[in-house]
Amino acid sequence: MNLVDAIRRVREHDDHASLLEAIPYMRTMGIAVVEVERVGERRTLVLEMASGNDHIGNPWLPALHGGVIGAFLENAAIVQLLLDQEDSGTLPKPINVTVDYQRSGRVVATRAAARVTKLGRRVATVHASCWQDDRERPIATLAGHFLMK
Amino acid sequence: MTASAFLDYLRTFIAEPGNQSPHNRFLGLELVNIERGRAVVRVPYDARLAGNTGTGVLHGGVITTALDSACGMSVIAALGKRMQIATLDLRIDYLRPAVPGEAITAAAHCYKVTRNVCFVRAIAYHDDRDDPIANAAASFMITADKAETPRAERNA
Repeated sequence: MNLVDAIRRVREHDDHASLLEAIPYMRTMGIAVVEVERVGERRTLVLEMASGNDHIGNPWLPALHGGVIGAFLENAAIVQLLLDQEDSGTLPKPINVTVDYQRSGRVVATRAAARVTKLGRRVATVHASCWQDDRERPIATLAGHFLMK
Repeated sequence: MTASAFLDYLRTFIAEPGNQSPHNRFLGLELVNIERGRAVVRVPYDARLAGNTGTGVLHGGVITTALDSACGMSVIAALGKRMQIATLDLRIDYLRPAVPGEAITAAAHCYKVTRNVCFVRAIAYHDDRDDPIANAAASFMITADKAETPRAERNA
């Protein structure tokens, strides 16, 4: 399934599993949409990355790989942006992302959610955060810009 | 330990599978070169890591991971002895899309070491360093001024 069709299925049928078919990286890393938060018209996708030894960066602590955390945040940002954008026929391209690491990631299931803070015609700004036990104590946050055309 | 003796030690240390990052092994990431303050790593193309079935282009996160790994290794190579470090922040500019089917190389340079923080620049590219896919700037905290001990040994 292509990404455009997958997003249509998410929008119209709440079929989040179709994303896994369109984005091989999500399936490979054990990432899935586990919750949809609804506040008025706003739908926020909550993603979960399963705990896995393959996600470890530092084998001594052990701790999740910083790149895996960055990738998970990027994935949360782009999936939310795909859902929020008006024209579902285009694929946003990342211009840049900044990841701030706040806490070491333990090897447990990790969640992430993103919010599109500005949806322009050409550029969108997205903020994402990921957490383990407590959403108020994120392990890392991301701010990114995406080209919409 | 002299600088070159430390680099020789690092090369031997990193070549040992038990000392490698499990996720780097999962990606097939290999160290291409390490010298004082510099590290180059390579990740082979793998369709399982694509961000979009339709195009086959690698997920941006794989480039993030390659850059983060190269940056971390360049810091270790700059410190001159084993210390514990943690990524503080990583900023990536995506300059052009990666070409499906091609391996990604990430080259990092830790250009400044201070008592607590190390600063790094890095690029990701296919074959030509002058035509990069991504440019990165990162900073790392030195979290402890000593080598880590494997958990198994700590508990022994």
